[in-house]
Amino acid sequence: MVTIHEGRPGLSRRELLKRGSIGALLVIAGNAVISPENAWGLETAALKPETMATLIQMARDIYPHDQLADKFYAVAVKSHDEQAGKDAKHKELIEAGIADLDKRAGTGGYRGLGWEEERVAVLKAIETTPFFQAVRGGLVVGLYNQKEIWPVFGYEGESYSKGGYVSRGFDDIEWL
Amino acid sequence: MAAPFDLKNDDVVVIIGSGAGGGTLGNELAQKGIDVVILEAGGRYEYDDFINDEWDSFAQLAWKDMRTTSGDWRVAKDFPNLPAWIVKAVGGTTTHWAGASLRLQEHEFKTLTTYGKIEGANLLDWPITLADLEPYYAKAEDKMGVTRTNDIPGLPGNNNFKVLKAGADKFGYKECHTGRMAINSQPRDDRNSCQQTGFCFQGCKWGAKWSTLYTEIPKGEATGHLEVRPNSMVIKINHDATGKVTGVVYADKDGKLQEQKARIVAVAGNSIESPRLLLNSESSKYPHGLANSSGQVGRNYMRHTTGSVYAIFDKPVHMYRGTTMAGIVRDEARNDPSRGFVGGYELETLALGLPFMAAFLNPGGWGRSFTTALDHYDHMAGLWIVGEDMPRAENRVTLHASEKDPHGMPVANVHFDDHPNDTAMRDHAYRQGAAIYDAVGATRVFPTPPYPSTHNLGTNRMSENPEHGVVNKHGQTHDIKNLFVSDGSQFTTGGAENPTLTIVTLAIRQADYIAKQMAAKTI
Repeated sequence: MVTIHEGRPGLSRRELLKRGSIGALLVIAGNAVISPENAWGLETAALKPETMATLIQMARDIYPHDQLADKFYAVAVKSHDEQAGKDAKHKELIEAGIADLDKRAGTGGYRGLGWEEERVAVLKAIETTPFFQAVRGGLVVGLYNQKEIWPVFGYEGESYSKGGYVSRGFDDIEWL
Repeated sequence: MAAPFDLKNDDVVVIIGSGAGGGTLGNELAQKGIDVVILEAGGRYEYDDFINDEWDSFAQLAWKDMRTTSGDWRVAKDFPNLPAWIVKAVGGTTTHWAGASLRLQEHEFKTLTTYGKIEGANLLDWPITLADLEPYYAKAEDKMGVTRTNDIPGLPGNNNFKVLKAGADKFGYKECHTGRMAINSQPRDDRNSCQQTGFCFQGCKWGAKWSTLYTEIPKGEATGHLEVRPNSMVIKINHDATGKVTGVVYADKDGKLQEQKARIVAVAGNSIESPRLLLNSESSKYPHGLANSSGQVGRNYMRHTTGSVYAIFDKPVHMYRGTTMAGIVRDEARNDPSRGFVGGYELETLALGLPFMAAFLNPGGWGRSFTTALDHYDHMAGLWIVGEDMPRAENRVTLHASEKDPHGMPVANVHFDDHPNDTAMRDHAYRQGAAIYDAVGATRVFPTPPYPSTHNLGTNRMSENPEHGVVNKHGQTHDIKNLFVSDGSQFTTGGAENPTLTIVTLAIRQADYIAKQMAAKTI
């Protein structure tokens, strides 16, 4: 779950803490989405930072893994900003798609919906649109091909350099 | 004259494609002293170059050129421009294949006789029998080092196999073992044994799995009679006024068109590209494409009735460790129409890494139903269904009316509708697969839809009668004596078994035939 705090540009971590914010939160500052708690930020070049923040939430709602931090979802949707910079049509697809999500969500917009089920209901209504399919399709590789997340799922990746699994548990199952 | 050969040399046999069919035929002919040029559309990557990473390897090896799809098969919806998951590289799909090497069953050569006429199916008996192929199967098994033949021990079972075996035993299946695999269980033929690395589909970096890339091709090259020309995409086969083929036009590594003259041409580009090339070689003499007087070129496209069953358990499995296709259940491979369908199917273990599992478990799926499955990736076991599908005249490869590749050649469209027999078989296999895993305590099972086709068959099929098919029992086209087909597109029907062993077997047999005909000067 992404809690987005709409801060003014340059908002410091100290100021945020003074406001009593706790837990995971993303801050929109200037043209960036920032996670002060986890020391990462994502600067947008073509898309509005608010759009990027909503995309990150949308990505989590499409492929929700509670054990994955927001930064992996941010990395997974970052390519849309790059593509939007090169392709006006793609920019329009994403900006209009997010605007439509917010409209369907009512007052407070998509990110204002507190429960995943409420947001998923909005996504269900648009799941056949090119916008949804572009975001979902991009995530299949954008999210699951990040090597950093593989250990979280118990996938060990490349094995040739370690001599394969012939001496490393290819047949170590014990519960059968 | 030793390789390399001149473009104007019209004594050479030109083979299009370097996979199981083309690579084997090339070496077999070269060993007999016949000069061969293999034109391969893809690049040459030796086994050191292979990559233990699913998407990076896909980018390196897969045939990604644009294709289109139509029909009611789910692949057309999930992967509209990727009907097949095959390889564009020297070695062809033998770099990617899993290694399962099973002989077709006797009745599978006689499906029309055995199953009878089936509505909506274009069944036909092969013009050859199992007995005709047995001596060649034996040669192929020895060449490829198939386990459980020639006193070669079976591979050890990995975790994924152990789950399958325990479930199959409890369920009451009788024939479950680690398969007949063209993967070395001990060093053989100057190649390593399997190190259980788990990336069979990405090219075996140990060379333990048989591939023409590092067996047939270098052996053929060592004779001086074989030249392999990579990055050479054949566009058209030329013929003379008498109708005999005279050479092929190909785009070379720089995209420049060249013509290689030939005494004989053998097409081995897999069951989508081979008919595409024959159709694209139309001329005023052959207005419907080469070797197509029957109208059967491109028809009867088969892809095996497939699907997967993945299951989650309450304890870890780590299915991705070790041989990808680590074991088999053969009990359902028989023909037993009391199950509600003709033909049979094999169940073979399969594992995907996390990136491909995300892409293939339920394409298009999202939300918690999907992600909670992946959350238990390391607790998963999996198997693949391989069954005989029905040949249908309208399941076919055609040239696209408007889409063209960068060389100006129309792209292939692959049309496929499941026959009711295919659907009944798949549903049966999903139930049996789930029952195997339920027998050992699966907490959740997934009937996973077919991947893009790896077993592409039948589009230039063999027939006794020239009106019923494209090639005779030696893979020689009925219409043109010096034009051959040497890949799985020759298959009259598909059988239930992984096709590579039979493709290699047919290529060995075809080489004997070509050599004899050349000696007799009939071609």
